[in-house]
Amino acid sequence: MSQNLLEIQNLHKRFGQLEVLKGIDLTMRQGDVVSLIGSSGSGKTTLLRCVNLLEEYEEGVVAVEGEQIGYKQKGGKRVRLSEKEIARQRAMTGMAFQHFNLFPHMTAVRNVMLGLIKTRGMDKDEAHSIAEKWLERVGMLQRKDHFPGQLSGGQQQRVAIARAIAMNPKLMLFDEVTSALDPELVNEVLAVVLDLAKDGMTMLLVTHEMQFAHDVSNRVIFMQDGRIGEEGPPKELFKKPKSERLAAFLKSSKF
Amino acid sequence: MDYDFNFAAVWRDFDLLLSGLGLGILLALISIAIGCLIGLLAAFGMLSKRRAIRWISLSYVSAIRNTPILILILFTFFALPQLGIRLGKIESFIVTLSVYAGAYLTEVFRAGLVALPKGLREAGLTIGLTEFRTKLLITIPVMLRNVLPSLSNNFISLFKDTSLAAAIAVPELTFYARKINVETFRVIETWLVASLMYVVTCYVIAAVLRQVETRLAIPR
Repeated sequence: MSQNLLEIQNLHKRFGQLEVLKGIDLTMRQGDVVSLIGSSGSGKTTLLRCVNLLEEYEEGVVAVEGEQIGYKQKGGKRVRLSEKEIARQRAMTGMAFQHFNLFPHMTAVRNVMLGLIKTRGMDKDEAHSIAEKWLERVGMLQRKDHFPGQLSGGQQQRVAIARAIAMNPKLMLFDEVTSALDPELVNEVLAVVLDLAKDGMTMLLVTHEMQFAHDVSNRVIFMQDGRIGEEGPPKELFKKPKSERLAAFLKSSKF
Repeated sequence: MDYDFNFAAVWRDFDLLLSGLGLGILLALISIAIGCLIGLLAAFGMLSKRRAIRWISLSYVSAIRNTPILILILFTFFALPQLGIRLGKIESFIVTLSVYAGAYLTEVFRAGLVALPKGLREAGLTIGLTEFRTKLLITIPVMLRNVLPSLSNNFISLFKDTSLAAAIAVPELTFYARKINVETFRVIETWLVASLMYVVTCYVIAAVLRQVETRLAIPR
C-alpha cells in the first residue's frame, strides 16, 4: 500500500491571536512510529490533538487514510462534518492521555468494552472477550474488575492504552502518557508502548522521555515555535543535532 | 399549663393525614423527576457556547430562585388561567414544583459538570462516541454520582415544600391537618402529629438516599 496513513499538509492552528501551529507538513506510513519532542508551548500536543479533532484547525488538511478529518470542501468552502461523521472518524484513531481519563464509574474491563459495544456495535460477550485479551496484553487481566480509583497511575494508564487499542485503530496517538506518573511507574507503561510498536502498530507520540523516543521511534520530530524545527531518524537527530536550539534542548533534557 | 391533650380526634382522621402524606410524597417524586430533567437541560444551557442559550438558562434560574415559592404556586394556579392556561390544582402544583426544583437542581448540576475533568469528555469522544452519547454514558452518570449528597438535601427540601400545596387546596398532609384542626379545634395535637409525620418521612428519605449514595459511590 503506497498511500500514506496520515497526511498533514500546511496545518495552521490559532488560539485567538496566538498562532500555535504555523504550517505543519507531516506524513506517516503504516507501521511508522514518530515521536514529537520539543519544549512546552512548541505545539506538539496541539498537533497531536488536531489529528482526532480534539482541536479544530483553521487551515490546511489532516487526512487519515486519505480522508480529511473534520471538514469537507463544498462549493469552494470548508464545511465542518456532521457530529456523526466526526465521531466515526475519531474512532479511526485511538488516543492515550497524560491523565489517563478512564471512566471512573466503570471497572477496567467495562472501560475497554464501552467503545467496542457502543461504537463498534459488538455484543457484550464479544466485547468482553476482546477486552480481556487486551487487558491481558497490558498485564492488567487480574485487575479487570477494579475501578480506576483502585488502581495505581501506571495501572490506569495501561488500562487506558488497552481501551484505545482494543478499538483496533489505524493509528495510535500517545499524549505524554508517562508525564503524570511517579518515576517508578514510568517503565511499566513504556514497556507496553514498546511492545505495541514492535507489533507494527502505527504510532504518533508526544513524549518527554528522550531515551524512549530514541529507542521506539523510526523518526523523531523536533517542534519549535509551532513549526517543525528538525526531523530525522533518532540516531541522527539525537547524536548530530543540526540546530543549536535542538542541541540545547537535548542538553536540558539530559539526553 | 392547663391544656387537656386529646389525640382521639386526630386518630379518628389519621387515614386522611396518611393519604395526604402519600399524595405529598407522590407530588415530590414526580416534581423531582421532571425537575431533574429541566435542571440537566438548563445546566448544559448555562455552559453552552451560544450566548442566547446561556442567557435563557441564567434568566430562568435567577427568576425562579429569587421568587418565593408560594408566589409561584399562586401565580401558576390563579394567574395562568387568565392567560388561557387552565390546569387542575394538582397539575398546577406539579408544574410549579418541577420548575422550582429545576432551577435549584440546575445550579447543583452545573457545579457538578464544571468540576469534572475535561479529559473525561475527550476520552469519550476518542472512542468514537458522539457528544450526546458521551454526555449520556459518561459525563452525566459521573456528575450525578458526585453531586448525590447535595441532591439529597434538595430532595428533602422539595418534599417539605409540598406542604405549600395546601395554599391552593391540594389535599396533601398540611391541607388535611388544617381541615381537622378547623373541625375539631385540637390545635396542638393536629399540628404536632402532622409535624412528626413530616419529620419521620424526611428521616426515612434521608436514610434511603444515604443507602443510594453508598451503593452508587465511585469506588476509590
